[in-house]
Amino acid sequence: MGFFLETLFGGLMVGMLYALVALGFVLIFKASGVFNFAQGAMVLFAALAMARFSEWLPRWFGFDSPVLANIGAFVLAALCMIVVAWLVERLALRHLVNQPGITLLMATLGIGNVLDGAGQLIFGSAAYKIDVGMPKEPLIVLDKVFDGGLLLNTEDMYSALAAAALVTLLTLFFQKTSTGRALRAVADDHQAAQSIGIPLGRIWVIVWSVGGLVALVAGVIWGSKLGVQYSISLVALKAFPVVILGGLTSVPGAILGGLIIGVGEKMSEIYIGGHLGGGIENWFAYVLALAVLLIRPQGLFGDKIIDRV
Amino acid sequence: MFYRENGQFKSSYRADLALFPIAQDRWAMLALAAIAFVGAPLLASDYAFRAVLIPFLILALAAIGLNVLVGYCGQISLGTGAFMAVGAYAAYNLQVRIEGMPLLLSLLGGGVAAAVLGVMFGIPSLRIRGLYLAVATLAAQFFVDWFTNRVAWVTHDSSSGSVSVQTLRILGHSFDTPAQRYLLCLALVIVFGLLAKNLVRGAIGREWMAMRDMDVAAAVIGIRPVYAKLTAFAVSSFIVGVAGALWGFVHLGAWEPAAFGIDKSFQLLFMIIIGGLGSIAGSFFGAAFIVLLPLLLNGIPRWLGLSMSTATSSHLEHMIFGALIVFFLIVEPHGLARLWSTARQKLRVWPFPH
Repeated sequence: MGFFLETLFGGLMVGMLYALVALGFVLIFKASGVFNFAQGAMVLFAALAMARFSEWLPRWFGFDSPVLANIGAFVLAALCMIVVAWLVERLALRHLVNQPGITLLMATLGIGNVLDGAGQLIFGSAAYKIDVGMPKEPLIVLDKVFDGGLLLNTEDMYSALAAAALVTLLTLFFQKTSTGRALRAVADDHQAAQSIGIPLGRIWVIVWSVGGLVALVAGVIWGSKLGVQYSISLVALKAFPVVILGGLTSVPGAILGGLIIGVGEKMSEIYIGGHLGGGIENWFAYVLALAVLLIRPQGLFGDKIIDRV
Repeated sequence: MFYRENGQFKSSYRADLALFPIAQDRWAMLALAAIAFVGAPLLASDYAFRAVLIPFLILALAAIGLNVLVGYCGQISLGTGAFMAVGAYAAYNLQVRIEGMPLLLSLLGGGVAAAVLGVMFGIPSLRIRGLYLAVATLAAQFFVDWFTNRVAWVTHDSSSGSVSVQTLRILGHSFDTPAQRYLLCLALVIVFGLLAKNLVRGAIGREWMAMRDMDVAAAVIGIRPVYAKLTAFAVSSFIVGVAGALWGFVHLGAWEPAAFGIDKSFQLLFMIIIGGLGSIAGSFFGAAFIVLLPLLLNGIPRWLGLSMSTATSSHLEHMIFGALIVFFLIVEPHGLARLWSTARQKLRVWPFPH
């Protein structure tokens, strides 16, 4: 029982992090109808920017407070992501309005290529680390109830808390601010939003910036867990099943989907993987998502797909 | 002026249905075939065969297969690499496990195995649509990646996980030099290209296109979605599987599962988008573009006499490749095939464009 709960918690925390990457997809898809394959590259770009700026800033300005360096690096990396968002809108999206989904998807793959190359060209392609001072020592709880207690990874716990905080902030932003309302309007109907005077171009820049910031947070968290290198962009592949499981247009779906996939992955690896030779977590998430889609083709919370002839 | 059909009258239905109704096209195609069959083997170097012509032909074949599914039937697939892998490994196992198995039968067997898997992963397409389906096809990719990596039977229990094919023999004739291998690929590509071209012109191709344009409406006018979608998956995966077997047997010779990773799937999708969705000729254009572009980008710094580290140049290559893709999508979303047909139309009416 104790082991089961440990696996469950581990899965939930990993799931929260998947949800964080998936959130970037959902935000951009909702507002611009683009399935953003470049999200992985954006995570890599943001994480590289964060890692290198936190290394460079103390050297440029001659201070050595890690807190200051991290804050400065975060702000600079965020600015980078906003510039990226602006460039993407200006150079690519603006010219691709009204194209079918697959063309846009391919365009984001191209953008991903550019970001991969640019990030590694500007910031270097070795492995770097991000240290935002997250505690590493494991935490043992409930040792009265179970034999030996439950072993929890504090780093994972703080990451999951940060992710939850970000999700709350985003929800507030979307529900309570006028920009958020405009974003939701654009998500509902591009044309109607435009006709009441919402500037579509600016909204896209905003939403790609928000997607970039989410990528930055995801990059910082994954980067401090695993180190920053090219492989971090593959995290996006983990987020795809999450997105389709939860529904392409649903923020709560992304979060719940992330949790389901996280738990499902860990459980399957431990309880089924042994019989199949291990390593099944790479495809298990996809098969799980596929199974759910067979019952609900629009994902758990996605907008119902209505066919009109 | 030179390219117009004035005076070419059709006097039978057969002539009306011809693949190339304009005489100039027929001559151009014959000339192209002559160059490909006679000119290239005489002129091209071994390097050109290995690095350019053979990969181009095989990838064009795979792109034709994918185009049947994505361009004609409208079902986006991101699992092409997996179907290539299945074709390659099935052909390999047929070749290794059955004594005296003819090579061509192995290649076709690889195609059949891929077609079976394609139908299996095509079943969800009856219920899942669009981008959801695209992501769901990644399931095939990751499952096959895992399967070929973990199940030793697939690789004939080779300890390193990589497999190799030494000799290619058909009817006692062995294909050793690059030029011979090129001719083998060329023959297969032409056969399958004609086959695909005729399929998409026929009844079944029209059903696929109806499905692509709007599946509910197609079902209303009496096209069975199950049949149309699953045949598209089967035909597409068959061709892709044969291409995968060729890629392993002829181009690579020895390969491991990583050769058919997700990158290959994306690469093929790029080819058909840049070449033109729903166009057989477009598959060739796209394959040529994607095969030649990295070679060109690689060569440019050398020609300009710039020296840069391999890491820098590979990042730059990445960036330019991505930027060019976005650029092409913006200027010609319908692909190179559309440019080609526009150019032909211009030629037909030149010099009096009205």
